[in-house]
Amino acid sequence: MKKKNKKLIDKKGLRMDGRKPDELRSVKLEVGILPNADGSAYIEMGKNKILAAVYGPKEMHPKHLARSDRMVLRCRYHMAPFSVQERKSPAPSRREVEISKVIRDSLVPAIFVENYPRTGIDLFIEVLQADGGTRCAGITAAALAIAEAGIPMRDLVVACAAGKVDETIVLDLMDTEDKVGSADVPVALMPNLNAITLLQMDGILNPDEFEEALNLALKGCKKIYEMQREALKTKYVNLKEVEEQ
Amino acid sequence: MTGSIAKIKQKQMEQLLSKGKRLDDRGLTDYREITLEQGIIERAEGSARVFLGKTEILVGIKIATGKPFPDTPDAGVLTVNCELVPLASPDFEPGPPGEKAIEIARVVDRGIRESKAIDVKKLCIKAGKNVFVVFVDVYVLNHDGNLIDASALAAVAALLNTKMPNYEIEDDTVKITQGYTPLTLKSRPITVTIAKINDKLVVDPQLKEEQVMDSRISIAINDEGSICAIQKGGAGYFTTQQIKEATKLAKEKAEEIRKKMGW
Repeated sequence: MKKKNKKLIDKKGLRMDGRKPDELRSVKLEVGILPNADGSAYIEMGKNKILAAVYGPKEMHPKHLARSDRMVLRCRYHMAPFSVQERKSPAPSRREVEISKVIRDSLVPAIFVENYPRTGIDLFIEVLQADGGTRCAGITAAALAIAEAGIPMRDLVVACAAGKVDETIVLDLMDTEDKVGSADVPVALMPNLNAITLLQMDGILNPDEFEEALNLALKGCKKIYEMQREALKTKYVNLKEVEEQ
Repeated sequence: MTGSIAKIKQKQMEQLLSKGKRLDDRGLTDYREITLEQGIIERAEGSARVFLGKTEILVGIKIATGKPFPDTPDAGVLTVNCELVPLASPDFEPGPPGEKAIEIARVVDRGIRESKAIDVKKLCIKAGKNVFVVFVDVYVLNHDGNLIDASALAAVAALLNTKMPNYEIEDDTVKITQGYTPLTLKSRPITVTIAKINDKLVVDPQLKEEQVMDSRISIAINDEGSICAIQKGGAGYFTTQQIKEATKLAKEKAEEIRKKMGW
C-alpha cells in the first residue's frame, strides 16, 4: 500500500538524498567482470548493486523449449536473500517470475533472434543489494552483458523509472520514494530506434502526469545510455592497451 | 501448436488490418460482446462470470480471517491468484501457475490495489492480530484471447458482489456471526488491452491476434479516468506516439465499458 505521511521533497524542492526532481542517482557500470560467463556486466545505481551474466548462444535444454525459427532468451531475475532489509527467501517469488518475464520481453526486441534458430541464451540477473528500480538497473546491465557476449543487437536497451512523490514528477525513484510515493513508471528504451520495450505503472496518474513521467523517464534513459556506451567502449579500449603493452 | 495456424493467417490478418478490418468483422477499436453474470457460485462470498466473445472467466471470492503483514498491521490482505485450467485450452497444462498465469494475477491485482478499490483498513479486525483476507481466484474456463481484460472485469464484478461475514470479538478470538454485510468498493478499475500488429493498434485482441501480435499494452483506468496500472507485454516495442494513442484509446474504451456495466 502506498502511504503519504512523510515529506519526500523539502522546501527547496530537493529529495531525501539531495537530488533535484529530474536528477539521476550516481551510476557505475562495468562490463566483462565474470570470467566464466560469455558476457557480463555490473551496475551500481544509488545503492543498487546488480550483476548480469549471459551464457550462450548454446543448445537449448530441455530441447522441447527450442524454436525452429529463432533463438530463445531465458531470463532469471533473482534477489539475494541479503539484498533487502528483511531476509528474502531465495525461492523465486511471484514478483520475480513476473519481472523475469517483463525483462525478457524488454530485451528480445533488441536481439536478432531469427539469426540463431534452435539455440538459447540464458540471462541471469542477480540483485545483490536493492534500492528501488532494480528491474531497470537490471535491464541496463543485462543489455551490456548481451553485447559483451557478442550477440548481434539492433540497439542497446536502457531502462529508467520516473514517478510521482509529493505531487511532483521525479526521475529514478529510490527505495523509499518507490514505497511511499504515489506512482512508479519503469520504462525501457532502445535509444537509437526510439522504441519502448518495457512499460509498467502502478499508482495513480492522470493522463497528463503520465505523459510527463514517461517523457522524464525517457530523458533519464538517454542519459544512462551515454554511460552504457562509455562502459562498453572502456572495456575494449583497456583490452587494446593491454595488447599494446 | 495452435499458434502455427495463426502464423499462416498472419498475412490475411495484416491485409484486413490495413483496410481497418479484422478476422471477426470487428473494427480496430471494438470490443467483442461482453456478458456478465454475478453470484453464480453460492458457496463463494462473491462470484462473477464474464464472457468476452468466446473467452470465459469465472472469478470466485473467498473471505477468511488471518494475520496481517508485519509492515501493515492495521490493513487487511488482498491476494489474487490465477489458474489457467487445462480444460480451457489445448495449450494449458496442469501444474502450478506459470509465468503467464502469474502475470495475469499480478496485473489484475495491480489494477484493484492501485485504484484503492478495496479499503484495506476496513478489513482490519484487530490491528496486528486479526484481519480479513480477500482471496480473488481467477479461473480461466475458455481461452480465446485477452485474458487480462476479462479477468480484471470479472474480478471487479465479483468483488462488487461480495458479502463480508459479520463477526464479534470474544476473549480475543474472532467469532463469525449470522448474516453478511456487502463489501463496498471505492473504485471500479477497468483494464483495456491494446495489441500492436504490424504497427496497427487493435483493442481486445482475440487469441489468433495475440499469437501474431508484436506486443500488447494493458492499461487500467479508475473511476476518475486516471491511469492506475500499466503492463506492456510481448516481445515487441511501442513508440511514444503509439503509447499516447493507446492511453487515449484505453480511457475511451474504459468509459464505454463502465457505461455498459452501469458502474
